[in-house]
Amino acid sequence: MSAKTVNNKAWWLVLPVFVMVAFNALIPLMTVVNYSVQETFGDNIFSWSGVRWFQQVLQSDRFHGALGRQLLFSGLVLLIEIPLGLFVALNMPKKGFWVSVCLVLMSLPLLIPWNVVGSMWNIMALPDIGLLGKAVNSLGITYNYTRQPFAAWCTLILMDVWHWTSLVTLLCYAGLVSIPDAYYQAAKIDGAGSWAIFRYIQLPKLRHVMTIAVLLRFMDSFMIYTEPQVMTGGGPGSSTTFLSIDLVKSAIGEFDLGPAAALSIIYFLIILAISWLFYTLMMRNEEA
Amino acid sequence: MAKISIDNLRHSYLPFPNPDREEDYVLKKLSIDWADGGAYALLGPSGCGKTTLLNLISGLLVPTEGKILFDGVDVSRFSPEARNIAQVFQFPVIYDTMTVYDNLAFPLRNRGIPESAIDPRVKEIASMLDLTSTLHKRAAGLTADGKQKISLGRGLVRADVSAIMFDEPLTVIDPHLKWQLRSKLKELHQRTKRTMIYVTHDQTEALTFADQVVVMNNGEIVQIGTPIELFEKPNHTFVGHFIGSPGMNVLPCEVKGGKAFFAGQDIKTANTHKGSGQKCEIGVRPEFVNFAKSGIAAEIVKVADAGRFRIVETRAAGSSIKLLVPENQSIPTGKVNLAFDADHTQIYADGWFAGGKL
Repeated sequence: MSAKTVNNKAWWLVLPVFVMVAFNALIPLMTVVNYSVQETFGDNIFSWSGVRWFQQVLQSDRFHGALGRQLLFSGLVLLIEIPLGLFVALNMPKKGFWVSVCLVLMSLPLLIPWNVVGSMWNIMALPDIGLLGKAVNSLGITYNYTRQPFAAWCTLILMDVWHWTSLVTLLCYAGLVSIPDAYYQAAKIDGAGSWAIFRYIQLPKLRHVMTIAVLLRFMDSFMIYTEPQVMTGGGPGSSTTFLSIDLVKSAIGEFDLGPAAALSIIYFLIILAISWLFYTLMMRNEEA
Repeated sequence: MAKISIDNLRHSYLPFPNPDREEDYVLKKLSIDWADGGAYALLGPSGCGKTTLLNLISGLLVPTEGKILFDGVDVSRFSPEARNIAQVFQFPVIYDTMTVYDNLAFPLRNRGIPESAIDPRVKEIASMLDLTSTLHKRAAGLTADGKQKISLGRGLVRADVSAIMFDEPLTVIDPHLKWQLRSKLKELHQRTKRTMIYVTHDQTEALTFADQVVVMNNGEIVQIGTPIELFEKPNHTFVGHFIGSPGMNVLPCEVKGGKAFFAGQDIKTANTHKGSGQKCEIGVRPEFVNFAKSGIAAEIVKVADAGRFRIVETRAAGSSIKLLVPENQSIPTGKVNLAFDADHTQIYADGWFAGGKL
């Protein structure tokens, strides 16, 4: 009576999920892998090319430039949005009527489609007719994001901060309101000042949500495409050509399927590696 | 250290309470005096206002009316820091990222005390609380009772603390450690002679910890007394019910000429009652009810074994009367007669001990 009946038929129930994942992730990804190691001149005729495209991409100045710009953009965006979002969350009301007002106002930018955000800022920053562009120019500062790389960068960063700081704020706010009152009461009784409360209660308790906020903002900003595409199209010159814009240019614009596929895989691996590294570092001390 | 006086304290959580509406207030005109260095308990069912009272004393809430005095100084509007109070909460509050040592040193560092003075003090308190071996570990890694000891330690570490408040501190502690931590508290009170105020809904905790227990119900103080007083002379039927296991028998009675009659029988009581038109009851604890040859005719309904005693439930004249019978004594069956110990049988009018408060 000890022998258990082994019945693996239940595995068939996983089939629908497997089919879905195959069609939305595995097959497209494998297609890209397939392109990245072959040469094609169209008509569905392929020939093996090994790691040539990877070598070509990794050695090209164009890739280095785009990667550098991408890292700088993500770095700046995180540097501004994380502290700013936290600061706003700390100063939001914790109860009463204004809570809902603040939450709605905070959520608004998140509800706007990305290409609309790009168009909005494109028009608003136009030096001749845009509200922002005209205002800055009338202050005596020459500002034209279609001609000056620095102005283009400032506008893009400002746009991203406007669009995404709310996400950081909302995450931090959710973390803050979940801290039990007793912690603040104990801190009051222990004579802690507001800095000590922030440093020893709020910041440690926000650690997890902030890790998530940084990860989300890193991944999203590292993959940003729509807004800069609509706003600057990667220009002036190639000053705002990020990895995603570069990728689309080479894949669809130039129809360089091989190098573009290699770039896609490298791009994906970079995001994966950085996210993994960051998450591991943040969670390292968890059980110490 | 300080003598704590509460003077006509009233509190409402409503923004604009109506002073004439009793229901608007969670605390209704309380006055208590607590001597310096005593161990006190606030005992009452959940929602009776005991935590509110504690938070008013520690300064986490500001009272709607009335005063709180520490050594005669009105501190009602002072911050918790200015009152120099320590409080241990229901759930252990520790600073996760700090070591046990830093947790204990935190209140002293916030007050700008030099490290040279902090170090011996922290070590002394740690040894008192048996935390010395974990002093340099991260506080987050400790068990619930260890964390609760840290919260207590942060209060004890300040030499000049006025009083230490406990808000149901044993809620999250494992049963077998509860007893240990309770005796630790008692021991610490004897060593440090700090005023300690302990809020709980558990009568065992209150009665074992405190020299004096304040029993509260519906935002009012029902009785203040030593554990023995609460047991022997409950001031209100609520105290009789709430304290003791099983609680006091409360029987409806008629009062004629100051004497109480139950089931047509004249019951001898410790007090007399003169008024009329009130609802009168007799209160007698199960410990003071005995089987007798004659007396109140009753019928045995149920016998429950409670270790050294058996709880016998009887019915007489439509009321249930419980009595305790030691394990070696035999229990008659069917119809019995009951007698009450006259010294421990009291008349209550509208719930309160007749003939004024004790």
